[in-house]
Amino acid sequence: MSLSVSEAVTQTKSVRRKVLVSKLGLDGHDRGAKVIARALRDAGFEVVYLGVHKTPEDVAEAAVEEDVAAIGVSILSGSHLELVNDLLKLLRERGVNIPVIVGGIIPPEDVGELKKLGVFEVLTPGTPLKKVAEVFERACEVSGT
Amino acid sequence: MTDLEKLREKFSEWVNEVLQPTIKKAPEAKPRFLSEEGLEIKGLYTPLDTEGAGWDYLSKLGFPGAYPFTRGVYPTMYRGRAWTIRQYAGFGSAEDTNSRYKYLLSIGQTGLSMAFDLPTQLGLDPDDKLAWYEVGKVGVSMPSVNEMDLVFQDIPMDKISTSMTINATAIEILSMYVAVAESRGISRSLLRGTVQNDILKEYIARNNYIYPPRPSMRYATDLIIYAAKNIPKWNSISISGYHFEEAGATPAMEIAFTLADAIEYVNWVLERGMNVDEFAGQLSFFFAARTNLFEQIAKFRAARRMWAKIMRDRFNAKDPRSMMLRFHTQTAGVLLTAQQPLVNLIRTTLQALAAVLGGTQSLHVNSYDEALSLPTEESVKLSVRVQQVLLYESGVIDTVDPLGGSYYIEWLTDQIEERAWKIIDEIDRLGGMIKAIELGYPQREIARAAYEWQLRVERGEVPIIGVNTLVEEETPNIKILKVDPKVRERVILRLEQLRKERDSMKVRDTLNELRKAAEREDVNIFPYIYEAVKHKATLGEISKTLREVWGEWRAPEVY
Repeated sequence: MSLSVSEAVTQTKSVRRKVLVSKLGLDGHDRGAKVIARALRDAGFEVVYLGVHKTPEDVAEAAVEEDVAAIGVSILSGSHLELVNDLLKLLRERGVNIPVIVGGIIPPEDVGELKKLGVFEVLTPGTPLKKVAEVFERACEVSGT
Repeated sequence: MTDLEKLREKFSEWVNEVLQPTIKKAPEAKPRFLSEEGLEIKGLYTPLDTEGAGWDYLSKLGFPGAYPFTRGVYPTMYRGRAWTIRQYAGFGSAEDTNSRYKYLLSIGQTGLSMAFDLPTQLGLDPDDKLAWYEVGKVGVSMPSVNEMDLVFQDIPMDKISTSMTINATAIEILSMYVAVAESRGISRSLLRGTVQNDILKEYIARNNYIYPPRPSMRYATDLIIYAAKNIPKWNSISISGYHFEEAGATPAMEIAFTLADAIEYVNWVLERGMNVDEFAGQLSFFFAARTNLFEQIAKFRAARRMWAKIMRDRFNAKDPRSMMLRFHTQTAGVLLTAQQPLVNLIRTTLQALAAVLGGTQSLHVNSYDEALSLPTEESVKLSVRVQQVLLYESGVIDTVDPLGGSYYIEWLTDQIEERAWKIIDEIDRLGGMIKAIELGYPQREIARAAYEWQLRVERGEVPIIGVNTLVEEETPNIKILKVDPKVRERVILRLEQLRKERDSMKVRDTLNELRKAAEREDVNIFPYIYEAVKHKATLGEISKTLREVWGEWRAPEVY
């Protein structure tokens, strides 16, 4: 049984809902990232949208600086395993526990790989926005724990 | 009573006596039928929607190969020459790509289309820190002329036409191609192909830019002018709507933003003292084909008619070739689903049909597995076969513009055209496309349309099989192409070798000359880049030189 986005919002007012959305790597296809950023904003999240051509360093640094509760990165170039691995490593090095959600063109066999690396959730094309908001909601709940 | 008045009378009789009673008994599936453009589609179209609306055959359609080219750019269209079967391909190292090209040619592909990896598109050598993750991933790595030579090993560059999806580093890549061809004794005047060179759409949708808009426009303009004088059979630009569609644009937005970009390019070249008919015949276009068949066909026809008008009336072109909107089509990648992937084959077949009925000059059909990864040889072969079924078995090529004169198609064509003109008028009002981009106008419109589309999908107003209707539990069982991780090492090793073996004094000199040319505004930088490329300067070194003079662009983020 899933809640509507607005119900989810009213039930979890105490959770800090500031998130970062970014492209990761050199890939410029930002339709997905922008739609997600906007949907999260409309669902009541505070969204920091970083934009395109961001390195793992850029994202880790911004996440710490902005003190976000969750990070969403979108990758369509096929470089997700290495990029995400480095992002997670950098977050660990900075001593923060911010859940990372990955979206984009991710082959089924890599979904498990990404989760093994420590990714909170993988969202592939066709995921409804309501589900996206729920995943970020859950990520915010466990953030920092 | 005129024929039209009689028709109007008979039509309202039919509505009252036949249609209304039927709808009362059996209501239609939904209260309103909306196209993807948001047009309300009626249940029936008749001459009242064309002739009745003051429609004139000669001014609206004319004949193929003649102004306004609505029915097609060539008099015989596919009866005379089939569209070019041109699958976008390239990955890994030069050797991987060479063998994929040979495979594609062996199964009946008739032109090549080169995909470059992101470092190549952004002017970074594979050993650059920023390039590390992406070498050979979405295309072939191309840091030097030596790699181009390997890609075209045993491929006849004088016989095949080659299209290159390259923008911010278009001159470097085209220079490599020309240098390799000339090293094989093939003159640049004989080379056929296309270089995308459409930097404006990068700022709007695709984001593979390097320099700020104005120096980038000078770069693109230099290529157009150089090609007009030296590589006459080459399309010096492929002005692209595809990426707008992929980013969310409606059909009217797609063609309007594309034509507005085209107007900007023409203005820049004219500004440099060229006559319009000296270069306009080498301008080409690139659009998407979606599954929504009729509206897509109307979109292509409207674009053709609009370009002819723009060239004749706005720019006073005299040569009919300058007025011809020749275009490549790719089926819409955003409509591929990761769910039930084989269903994508049915979608792409309809999309390809739209492109052919819309009069495309060349076609790429996406492969069914591309919502998951790069296509395999097997899936690409099916994409080529889709094209071959249309070409050899369907009979759609037997007559020119077979849907011309359909009341519905002509009404749709008029509607799309009208909407697109409104957008172009708005861009003119803002002061042209560069101004509009700086104000974020096209970016905002596209982002808004993308979001609205997503909401329509989620409300179930846009059914997508496997996503929001006819959903199945499935275990993914599909062969995935993976790029060999050793590609990076192999490419970097060869690059290090090249740096050791080349005449580094000569490289330094050519880069210095290039820097001086970039600092001035009254010289064409093409020959300077060509010299550097020929003397084995790398792509990254050339781009770095230009970055130092022109700076880099950081986009304002609009979502």
